[in-house]
Amino acid sequence: MITRIVELRRGILKKNDELAAALRRRYIAAGVLVLNLVSSPGAGKTTFLEWTLRKLRQAGARAAALVGDLETDKDARCLAASGAPARQINTHGICHLDAEMVGKHLDAWSETAGANGATLAALDYLFIENVGNLVCPSSYDLGERIRVALLSVTEGEDKPLKYPALFNSADTAVITKIDLAAPCAFDRELTLRNLNEIRPGIRVFETSAKTGAGMEEWLAYLQAERT
Amino acid sequence: MHELSIAASIVDAVTESAAAYPGARVTAVRLRVGALAAVIEDSLQFCWDIATEGTPLQGAALVVRVMPVVIHCAGCGVDAELDGVQSFRCPRCGELAADLRQGRELEIESIELEEPDPACESASQQVSESAEPAAPVMNQTGRWE
Repeated sequence: MITRIVELRRGILKKNDELAAALRRRYIAAGVLVLNLVSSPGAGKTTFLEWTLRKLRQAGARAAALVGDLETDKDARCLAASGAPARQINTHGICHLDAEMVGKHLDAWSETAGANGATLAALDYLFIENVGNLVCPSSYDLGERIRVALLSVTEGEDKPLKYPALFNSADTAVITKIDLAAPCAFDRELTLRNLNEIRPGIRVFETSAKTGAGMEEWLAYLQAERT
Repeated sequence: MHELSIAASIVDAVTESAAAYPGARVTAVRLRVGALAAVIEDSLQFCWDIATEGTPLQGAALVVRVMPVVIHCAGCGVDAELDGVQSFRCPRCGELAADLRQGRELEIESIELEEPDPACESASQQVSESAEPAAPVMNQTGRWE
């Protein structure tokens, strides 16, 4: 017998990476700013996003959302309350969204344009709300321009240290539910320090969808990134 | 817990590459897994056994090489390896460094095949070759391009 060693140097997620690269080209060609929102379950992604969609619409921008969950279309219905097109992706047990799922749903969505449909070219912003999970989504590129990691004040200041792979891969961080900071004895300085240790220089927004705090800065950021 | 889908992706990729060597049996698959790749080795090994069962890869060893994070420190002008993933500071000057040069890898480095010797020699010999020399490139946020 001969033993042969064959060097491959092949990315394990090569298929996803290629699909994501193709999606990225589509987004750029359509002129749509795409954001991938990632957090633990219950961090407030949907409420934050519903608020964001509503305000963007009021400002005359065209925004839509794709939302991933294992089961139910509750989040898509919540988001649709903003008036913006929203489409649910059910992963049925899979703990993250991948580029293939996003591509398929975008294709199916554009076919139903008119009836709560959305085509990329008709959008200024597309938000992809990932499955609530701070581990697996970090490995799957969805072709987004901005990856947003959200963490709520109720989760504890050490989240970035516990999930460095995800926070390190994020472009922007959003702290949610700051209206609850005092009852949670939230240590703001420590959280900001931890975020910066894991992702040096990361832009952080401190927000409350309930009171509207910090949301104007967030909207200004979105508009600036769009242009 | 996405190690099962990772394991299944490895099985697909290796099966595809090994098809170029008919009659050969894959005995080992070597991976490079970055410290920031969000993959747990124990979990991956467990899923490897499940994903390879009943396939030509059954029984092949999965060898994982963990790649530590390497940052580039602009101040010192050097690349530096970090001990862990809890702080992204240059070990020399202590400054924070956002420029990641290694640590997100999730790739199949090589596969080891055993094939019948056409000359029927009893002595085993080792052949090494490169199938795909171009390695994927990582962008600034650590995603593959």
